[in-house]
Amino acid sequence: MASAVELRDVSAGYGETVVLEDVNLAIAPGESISVIGRNGVGKTTLLSTIMGHTTLHKGDVLLSGRSLNRVPVFRRAAAGLGFVPQEREIFPSLSVLENLDVGARPGHWTKERVFELFPNLKERLDNRGNQLSGGEQQMLSIARALLTNPGVLLMDEPTEGLAPVIVEALTAVLLKLRSESELSIILVEQNSRVAFEFSDRSAVLDKGRIVYDGASAVLRDDPERLAKIIGVSE
Amino acid sequence: MSATPVRSDNPAALALAVRHRFRLAETLPWLLALAFYFAFPRYLGFGTELLITVLFAISLDLALGYAGIVTLGHAAFFGAGAYTVGMLAKHEIWTEPVSGLFIAAAVAGAVGFASGLVLLRTTGLTLLMLTLCTMGLLEEIANMAAEVTGGFDGLDSLPIKPLFGIFEFNPLYPYTQYLYVLGVLLVCFIFVRTLVYSPYGHSLTGMRENTLRMHAVGAPVRMRLIVCYTISAAIAGVAGALWAQANAYVNLSVLGLDRAATVLIVLVLGGYGRLYGGIIGAVAYMVLAHFLSKAYPTAWQLGLGLLLVAIALFARGGILGMVDNLTRPYKERKAQ
Repeated sequence: MASAVELRDVSAGYGETVVLEDVNLAIAPGESISVIGRNGVGKTTLLSTIMGHTTLHKGDVLLSGRSLNRVPVFRRAAAGLGFVPQEREIFPSLSVLENLDVGARPGHWTKERVFELFPNLKERLDNRGNQLSGGEQQMLSIARALLTNPGVLLMDEPTEGLAPVIVEALTAVLLKLRSESELSIILVEQNSRVAFEFSDRSAVLDKGRIVYDGASAVLRDDPERLAKIIGVSE
Repeated sequence: MSATPVRSDNPAALALAVRHRFRLAETLPWLLALAFYFAFPRYLGFGTELLITVLFAISLDLALGYAGIVTLGHAAFFGAGAYTVGMLAKHEIWTEPVSGLFIAAAVAGAVGFASGLVLLRTTGLTLLMLTLCTMGLLEEIANMAAEVTGGFDGLDSLPIKPLFGIFEFNPLYPYTQYLYVLGVLLVCFIFVRTLVYSPYGHSLTGMRENTLRMHAVGAPVRMRLIVCYTISAAIAGVAGALWAQANAYVNLSVLGLDRAATVLIVLVLGGYGRLYGGIIGAVAYMVLAHFLSKAYPTAWQLGLGLLLVAIALFARGGILGMVDNLTRPYKERKAQ
């Protein structure tokens, strides 16, 4: 069975600058993985490369076995890649509902399902994007990506900059999302506690290369090794 | 585009219906326009020109205000529509006014589509200059093809058939023209209103605010921009066609930078990216221009210039933005 998404010997970056080198990563349908690492090691570039925002120097990016190398960004999204960017990037002058409408496609994820996951959004349908709190904006960003009905969801540091109580709530939603849907999810996260709680499998990036790909429990139970690999403690 | 069929108990559908419902206050501009017909019969020529400017501004707002397509050459489409009607009428090929509007819209839309295919590969200053160049090219073509366009002198005394075979177009007593233009403006306005409140319209705003993000939600940005530019060009073409029919002549001024700049000023004044910005801006600009030019015939543009400076400094969202800022505290209190 083909992987939901796969990177084969991928080297990519911005223009002539190479950020990712010889990255190999395969995620099975329905599988989730957390990607951790220090600032600037290429975590965001990894997701951007899957989405097609970077320059691919070498290798192949595959979605369900089909090469995406020459596929433009909007067709990748239409083919089943959902993206929750680091800066949320909701449309500030559109209402919550309009933000959801712009990319909505028929499928498993409907507005009703999304509102079950994020009841807050249902209360604020008529508010504009720039009137939402950081947590609400993050929820909207995830909801907008879900309504494109992706097969693979890419999430770039969704808890960044949020208050601890919001991080707890969002983590609970992410766990629910992982357990209740058929989605394959790649979660890029600096907060290793959230990352390990979210997924049984983790990959660690360092200087553009994957230096660990295995069980989250191994790193969680061995803080010294974790600190050595990524240079941050739990 | 919606993921599920809309149901009456769907909260999202209800919210959408409430947000975009037709409000009673929206009848006000149209009632005022109708009242103008009876109250100021001597100013119907001015009124007709104003309504055409409103339609032209609405067409520009769709491209510039909603989709963020920076253009200084929108008069190219106004002129394409005007010359289409003018040439067809002058050479007695087609003189029926209503169907003439459809032909003008098709021609201007085709010009918009063809130029959009090339121009919309660019952005920012390059796009701005290319739109200006397109307009300049069309103006020069109209100037050089004197046999069919009348060249520098244009085409006058256009034989336009009576509206519905009954109502004569009389340039000196433009009763028919005023109501005809008002009717066409209303139809076009309802069309644009429906469009900007649709998911397609929201995607235009999304493209203006964050093109990369629109790509990432699966929107074919370039094609949508081309479609928007084409629709906008077609509406500008209708405005130009109305101008030619109402005045019974067409000349190079319809393709000039003056006209393109004026409609841009109108939008800045009223507030771009807002449905009623074009209407408010056109009324403010033309009424001011009318009275200032009467009061100070030699320096009336100075007054307009000062007003624009004030708008740019203190009211970036134009007149409607200013009203929004003033009423925001009240709205927020009401929302709580």
